[in-house]
Amino acid sequence: MLIRGVVCTVCGCCCDDLNVEVVDGRVERVENACSLALSKFKHHSSDRILKPLMRKGNGFKEAPYHEAIREAARLLVDSNYPLLWGWCLTSCEAVKLGLELAELVGGVIDNNSSVCHGPGLIGVQDIGISGCSLGEVKNRADLILYWGSNPVNAHPRHMARYTAFAKGRFEASRGDRKLIVVDVRRTETAKLADEFYQIEPNSDYELLTALRCAVNGEEMELNTVAGLPVERVEELADSLISCRFGVLFYGLGLTMTYGKSRNLDAALSLVRDLNRKTKFLIMPMRGHFNVTGSNEVFTWVTGYPFGVDFSKGYPEYNPGITTISDVLRREECDAALIVASDPIAHLPSSLADTLKKIPMITVDPHRTPTTEASRIVIPSAIVGLESTGTVYRMDGVPLECKKILNPPPGVKTDFEVMSDLLAEVKGLLR
Amino acid sequence: MVGECLVDLNGRFKLVTGRTLIQGMGKERGKFTEEYLKEISICELDPEDMKLLSIVEGELIIVKTEFGEAKLVAKASTRAPHRGVIFIPYGPVASLLTSPHTDGSGMPSLKGIEAEVFKG
Repeated sequence: MLIRGVVCTVCGCCCDDLNVEVVDGRVERVENACSLALSKFKHHSSDRILKPLMRKGNGFKEAPYHEAIREAARLLVDSNYPLLWGWCLTSCEAVKLGLELAELVGGVIDNNSSVCHGPGLIGVQDIGISGCSLGEVKNRADLILYWGSNPVNAHPRHMARYTAFAKGRFEASRGDRKLIVVDVRRTETAKLADEFYQIEPNSDYELLTALRCAVNGEEMELNTVAGLPVERVEELADSLISCRFGVLFYGLGLTMTYGKSRNLDAALSLVRDLNRKTKFLIMPMRGHFNVTGSNEVFTWVTGYPFGVDFSKGYPEYNPGITTISDVLRREECDAALIVASDPIAHLPSSLADTLKKIPMITVDPHRTPTTEASRIVIPSAIVGLESTGTVYRMDGVPLECKKILNPPPGVKTDFEVMSDLLAEVKGLLR
Repeated sequence: MVGECLVDLNGRFKLVTGRTLIQGMGKERGKFTEEYLKEISICELDPEDMKLLSIVEGELIIVKTEFGEAKLVAKASTRAPHRGVIFIPYGPVASLLTSPHTDGSGMPSLKGIEAEVFKG
């Protein structure tokens, strides 16, 4: 059976034009998939967790589902300040239940954006954002600027579907669009660019500020900026001003480096300045398929996009205080619920070591370094393959994922696991 | 200026961690597969910096930062020139070297970290 219009659940592009042929409950063929998506469809069943696991000595023992839920609920209720983390490789419906749970147990709930595009969200709160949908970019943009982003590796279909190589209504071919890349290395994306500006690491703020000067017609009494001769900075500013419809796509090269949210203040301000001269927009290159959705649901429910602390009984947001890295650095949490994330592999190791010291409950389809370090592991179905669910594309467009396969026998969806956990916690608190 | 040598004789570099296509495909295949573990254990260097430090492709090197150290396999970068910049794909090995400090933003520093490179 060929299932058309399947939403890909890998990166923030959420490509919704995949055609998947399913034969005897297995994926036989996938059309329109990038190499990341192909790897997911081909290997989704490898290294799966099929039964709930509970820590016994140095190993695990299989446990009945309801026992695992009961123990997980007890751990969270007995905890003084639990951390609820992840929420970006799952559905919006599961995220909503996670927020309700965080409020009930008085914990701190944070999502992956605090270690990826969180600084951009802080920048948006400071400055505001000139945004649009990717459809507008595809149809109208004649200048594409990737800054600290390498979509060839991280978002392989972004350029073909929406930017440089997309066939739009008004900008129909590669020749109609100028592609500019700013990065610290000549990446695969940079090699495709019409203009490439190679800058020194940690100098993004400096260059963005200089560009604002150039765009606003101010003289710069400098020879070089960020490793570039000042003439090249002026050349870049001229390119940005002279387009009809420009878009700046920024990656983690801007959010994870020196300056962090201040880099985004500068980038958002540059785009604001450019709008006095031409039409210009800005968009983050979101990594996980539903990190945008997680921010949306967090914001609807609490008013804040990530790093929300319920320990006082009401939502409090203070990046640098109520975010995963900071609560772990202060060693404040005494239990953790991890949903669809692998912080042990990806957090700086000193933070991962702190996390390993506290009891972790992990809900995940696959075995990861985090599940290996957990006290309780509850398997889950893969969103977009084995369960439906709402996800948000990087431009904020919601998409409904399809269920194209059955999960392994007895394995529940994130939504079902969170519903059962929430009901158990409510029972214990009654 | 970029393209010129930023490396002093003590081998001080700027470490950048990030996504690669193989790392991305590997994590979908499984976090304990050979493909993934091999890709997250490489360190890309500018070929000119490799010459300067007498490091050859495939050689074991040690990368040290203020936050830890890790053994990695040296790989000549195909994204050169980027003198003084080394690159390690995201994963548990890169995480041994990255900074937990968030500067009040919630974001740890995963790119642009001062590092030293030694022969393994």
